[in-house]
Amino acid sequence: MAYTSNGATIEADEEGYLINITEWDEGLADQIAKDEGITMSPEHWEVVNFLREYYSEYQIAPAVRVLTKAIAKKMGPDKGNNKYLYELFPYGPGKQACKIAGLPKPTGCV
Amino acid sequence: MAAPFDTPVLGDVTERGIPALKAGAMAGSKPYVAAAAHQEPLGFPGVLEDGWEKKAIGHMGELLGKYRSLQVFMDICVKCGACTDKCHFFLGTSDPKNMPVARADLFRSVYRRYFTAAGKLAPGLVGAREMNKETLDEWFNYFHQCSQCRRCSVFCPYGIDTAEISMAARDIMDAIGQGQKYCNEIIGKVHRIGNNLGLPPPALLDTLEGLEEDMEADTGVAVKMPIDVHGAEVLLVTPSADFFAEPHVLGLIGYAKVFHAAGTSWTLSTKASEAGNFGMFIGNYEQMRKISLRIREAALELGVKRIIFGECGHAWRVAYSFLNTLAGPWDFLDPRYPVPQHILEFTNDLISRKGIKLDKSGNDGMVLTVHDSCNVARGARMGDKPGGQFTIPRDVIRASVPKFVDMHPDTICDKTFCCGGGGGLLTDELIELRVKGSVPRMEALKAVVEQDGVTHMAAMCAICKAQFTKILPYFGHDREMVVSVHQLVSNAIVLGDND
Ligand code: SF4
Ligand code: SF4
Repeated sequence: MAYTSNGATIEADEEGYLINITEWDEGLADQIAKDEGITMSPEHWEVVNFLREYYSEYQIAPAVRVLTKAIAKKMGPDKGNNKYLYELFPYGPGKQACKIAGLPKPTGCV
Repeated sequence: MAAPFDTPVLGDVTERGIPALKAGAMAGSKPYVAAAAHQEPLGFPGVLEDGWEKKAIGHMGELLGKYRSLQVFMDICVKCGACTDKCHFFLGTSDPKNMPVARADLFRSVYRRYFTAAGKLAPGLVGAREMNKETLDEWFNYFHQCSQCRRCSVFCPYGIDTAEISMAARDIMDAIGQGQKYCNEIIGKVHRIGNNLGLPPPALLDTLEGLEEDMEADTGVAVKMPIDVHGAEVLLVTPSADFFAEPHVLGLIGYAKVFHAAGTSWTLSTKASEAGNFGMFIGNYEQMRKISLRIREAALELGVKRIIFGECGHAWRVAYSFLNTLAGPWDFLDPRYPVPQHILEFTNDLISRKGIKLDKSGNDGMVLTVHDSCNVARGARMGDKPGGQFTIPRDVIRASVPKFVDMHPDTICDKTFCCGGGGGLLTDELIELRVKGSVPRMEALKAVVEQDGVTHMAAMCAICKAQFTKILPYFGHDREMVVSVHQLVSNAIVLGDND
């Protein structure tokens, strides 16, 4: 499949994960989120931005626990848990948030 | 994204009947086909090329010659029907092609056409079938609706193992250029990066450091997560999901606490940062061997004396049943210990000789049941007594929690039902199949929840844990209802005052 953003065609795989992660921008994130039934709030952005930061350092999305710890630090301990992240990203913070952040899907037994 | 579907209504586990057939119910269920980029690094053709039909038959002939069992399975089925209602995918989908005998017949009908005299002369009379695109598509769909759980083989009077037939079918499809994306992409990552997740060493080190901080904050004890430590006694090989996902990581914390409390020096390895071996799911011996050899190399490089496997079902089958052939001999390891050993054997041994102390109040309020993983139950053993793979996990759980109950006897031990996500099917596009395939397990779980107040179900396999986390909410349960066995040990273990 593919997205159109600012007149450009951006290639994605069968499930909507970007083929070339450098083609990501914030407008595209809004659009992917909308397709997923999500309206991006500042809280969604906190998560997406953290995923992108972590990815640029480690070439992989953070483990669930690394993410919840980081969110607790940024947004307060009441939000640093799996339940809150699932409220933001009902299809799972790992996969759905990665898709919106333009990152590859975590694979394996997860 | 997968099309919407209705979550099945659960029946009564004590009155399970044969479902009314719905022909073609799952005819459209299939995983993504692997792209050339996921095929070629494994040495498979990128796409179907001209002449693939002939190549498929050629490869089938090779496999029939190489594996006696496959040849025998082709010829001895008497169509008695004993296996028909034993497959969770048939029970959950009502699609008659998900009866094990029907699945095997997809392979058998092609075998008849090309490898039996009757099939060559009068194919119509003996149900023989051409290998063509229509056949291939049906193979692709229905051999990816088999989780290779081997439950059918327990009930077959001849021991026909449809799992082995599925593996052979997938191997043939890879060899002609129609592989499955999920498995082949992951195997590529194992070779390139070291594990199924694609977790590079710096990310792994960072994750482990974070876990050490968490454990110290929780317990006040500096429990370590050592990695690449030369001269450690034990190399722990565990699924990479243990570094990444919940509840897997809580199990990993449990292993670390057990090693700490026992005073056993241990290490993880960046090279062998994956226990899983998807080479088995695709039925490819060469891939299985290559993936296993990483463990040998890591053990030699680190100079360890023992190898212990973490909680992973199919990894344990490969390790227990095939590791010696694939990557042996293991004469450089300490002969006083089993090669390889399962973490549950290690922990159970410590519990029984009071090498660690457990305080059940760490799991107060929890009522446990356990899901036997198919590959542990029917593909391996634990300990030195028959049935150890059933008693050892239960003994460890009982020692850790206030109350334990088993599910219905038709759904446990050697008759356990697959979680619905095994055998390389744990991928989002197969979610309908996964939800429906979990029905027999969910029915049995519902019964113990209602009758015995079960609050949690323990699992000993990374796939089972991920599958249940995903599908439990479809049936009204909390996703955190599934726990790692060593998560229970972790909650109960007494740290600090052991000698
Ligand atoms: S191996 Fe398991 S999934 Fe495959 S046909 Fe037999 S019972 Fe069904
Ligand atoms: S139980 Fe065995 S012999 Fe009977 S139909 Fe099934 S595979 Fe064939």
